Amino acid sequence: MSDIAAEAGIGPFVRRELLAANLPPPAKRGLIGWAREHLISGPFNITMTILSVLLILLIVPPLVRFMLIDAVWTGDNREACVNASGACWPFVKAKFGQFIYGFYPIAERWRPNAVFALGALLLAPLLIPRAPFKRLNAILFFGVFPIVAFVLLTGGNFSLFQFIIGRIVPLAYFVGPPWEIMGLTASFWLDYLISSVLIVSLTAAIAHFLGGNPRAVARMASLLLFLLGLALLACDFDFGLVPVETPAWGGLLVTLVVAVTGIVVSLPLGILLALGRRSELPAVKAFSIVFIEFWRGVPLITVLFFATYMLPLFLPGGLSINGLLRALIGVALFAAAYMAEVVRGGLQAIPKGQYEGAAALGLGYWQTMGQVVLPQALTLVIPGIVNTFIGLFKDTTLVLIVAIFDFLGQIRAAFTDPNWSTSTTLFTGFAFGAVVYFIFCFSMSRYSMFVERRLSAGKRH
Amino acid sequence: MVDIAERAPRERGSLLTNPLARSIFIQATLLVLVIGAGWYFYENARANLAAQRIATGLGFWNNTAGFGISQTLIPYSETSTYGRAFVVGLLNTLLVAGLGIVFATALGFLVGVARLSKNWLIAKVAEVYVEVIRNLPLLFQILFWYLAVLSTLPSPRQSFSFFGLAFVNNRGLVVPEPIFNEGSGAVGIAFLAGLALAVIVRYWARARQMRTGQIYPAGRTALALIFGLPLLVYLVLGAPIRFDLPELKGLNFSTGLRIIPEFIALLLALSTYTAAFIAEIVRAGILAVNKGQTEAAYSLGLPPGLTLRLVVVPQALRVIIPPLTSQYLNLTKNSSLAVAIGYPDFFALFAGTTLNQTGQAIEIIALTMAVYLAISLITSGLMNFYNRRVALVER
Repeated sequence: MSDIAAEAGIGPFVRRELLAANLPPPAKRGLIGWAREHLISGPFNITMTILSVLLILLIVPPLVRFMLIDAVWTGDNREACVNASGACWPFVKAKFGQFIYGFYPIAERWRPNAVFALGALLLAPLLIPRAPFKRLNAILFFGVFPIVAFVLLTGGNFSLFQFIIGRIVPLAYFVGPPWEIMGLTASFWLDYLISSVLIVSLTAAIAHFLGGNPRAVARMASLLLFLLGLALLACDFDFGLVPVETPAWGGLLVTLVVAVTGIVVSLPLGILLALGRRSELPAVKAFSIVFIEFWRGVPLITVLFFATYMLPLFLPGGLSINGLLRALIGVALFAAAYMAEVVRGGLQAIPKGQYEGAAALGLGYWQTMGQVVLPQALTLVIPGIVNTFIGLFKDTTLVLIVAIFDFLGQIRAAFTDPNWSTSTTLFTGFAFGAVVYFIFCFSMSRYSMFVERRLSAGKRH
Repeated sequence: MVDIAERAPRERGSLLTNPLARSIFIQATLLVLVIGAGWYFYENARANLAAQRIATGLGFWNNTAGFGISQTLIPYSETSTYGRAFVVGLLNTLLVAGLGIVFATALGFLVGVARLSKNWLIAKVAEVYVEVIRNLPLLFQILFWYLAVLSTLPSPRQSFSFFGLAFVNNRGLVVPEPIFNEGSGAVGIAFLAGLALAVIVRYWARARQMRTGQIYPAGRTALALIFGLPLLVYLVLGAPIRFDLPELKGLNFSTGLRIIPEFIALLLALSTYTAAFIAEIVRAGILAVNKGQTEAAYSLGLPPGLTLRLVVVPQALRVIIPPLTSQYLNLTKNSSLAVAIGYPDFFALFAGTTLNQTGQAIEIIALTMAVYLAISLITSGLMNFYNRRVALVER
């Protein structure tokens, strides 16, 4: 090669002088480089930046001025705020008790407070993945806490008269006058004992007749009846609490009661429905599908109207159900359908090998589901469950349409108070409501995202 | 006790362990429970209705309703029947749901794309919008728009004016009212004809492209047909549709079309709320398209615009459509919250006013649920059909 080049009289091209150095590329690091890339990289980008800045200027300064700078912080009535152009925080301060407890008697407000504290105390370790004793914790939160909360909030000491046998045989007649010890009605507990013994022996006899294991069945029945008895005992016992009727409840208390009851009831119901939807028994499957699709196909408000106006017609004439309880039934049925679909998603994500492995070990249906499939499936759908709960929490506002004053209902009711009618009262109330709802929902959604990231940690590269 | 357990060992062939017997037993129990509950409810309802002297059946359907409705799309007066009120309400629901879907989709796609923007500021603004709106209850937002925003607007005399064409005040939004003179029908027909022609052109263009590989600008032709044809007819017939501008006379507007504040509040809240959810769906859909797809399209020589249209969007849509459908359904169902602010939608008129006046809770609530259920099932049926068409065909 070089020979030929030499012969031809042209040497290899070698540059003699250096090229002028290029300008350094625009910095990608640092504040300026970052801004160049993310804010002003082209005409379109610059337009977008200007538009965003305008939008922010339009919203943020007035909001800050309203909430903080021009706001009134002290005062006892509308006089303090009547000339203010900012938020009237004394209004929120004066109505705070009403927003949180409704018209729950002031002397008894330690009870909802105790329920809030107990709930938070039990919920926190349940949400922290590393905290130990999950099973015990879940039993306490889903089983014991609702009963304690129920007794604390209502006051307990319900007068129970007949269980099962008492409806057929007038036991009260034999016991004599309805004497009570510590709020416990003698005739009821006599009835309960006789009925329990009868039920346990009856189930054991049936199991024996069908060739099952009478001892296991009897043990199971006694356990269930014992737990039921404990719950009834808690409701019947006179703890000396002043009874507080549910119409006096309100505010955030009702919002939380509806949402938590909805989730506590809908979770087991939803699991059963999800299992039913994947069942091989055609009747069970059809029933589950119809139930789920029906409740998912109608708006929640129709469900609440159903529970408020239609349900009482379906029950025996003399029986009147409490308004809050009706709403709770509606919300629980509605939430159960959504929960069923969330759980079904988890069930479908479990590989077939898990079922086959369980079958190979000789596990029955309930053992397979309870020991192998559900623990995995439920862990997978924790984010979905939390998201359902967020939806439920937001949807509880609908109970105000059926005249139950939840948090939003109390805020709206407070607007009509002439003592606080100023031009900024409305905005103040909405600002406070927005902050409270946002804190609840946002923190729950962040938690759900945290769990999601944790669950997918093993799948990331 | 031990003796009993030993004396009766569990046999393989016992009824409790026989799968067939178990399956029949469980299903029979369920059936008995369901039928028993149904019968129990039926008997109670019969006794209660008789005791409270509530009529049964749909006899009220043709009775005079006797209440006024603030927004009607078809002629309605207080002497009209309950059946007529039912239709008026249904149309009002469909109106707010239809418009809500259009606005929510537009805003949702905009915000969803903005969240993925390279521009940090606009991405953050979009994110804050989504987080704030999604984390506040819808009813809260409806009440906010209605009580805090629209009710505190000035009176008609001090209305905000948009270039003298539209006016906003505490009694709603007043816009120019279209007056349909003779020949308006022809414009409508021209619009439909343009639509039909556009569909035909699209099919023809696709067939030709399959055959010859030549691309025909079907989109632009369609736009020209759909809007050009009616415009042409409109001009040829000498402008048969006029617009009456709003005019203030005394304390109120005498001309112009007044849109009631309840409708505006509901529409605003429904579209902004649903848009926040749609934005997240759109974002997830676009992120779901593998980067390799875009790179492969570029290496084939496809320009960015065509890459977006032919490669990215069709694949993103496949992910977007199913959750989008459920958002549309949610919006339609959520429109029933109108009852809280008094917008005369189907639920407020039927399950609210009509139920109050007739007291026939069972028929009315069952019918209300049936209507929403029908809307849900029809929509999800249509969307499932579409979904099957765009679904990935694997071998």
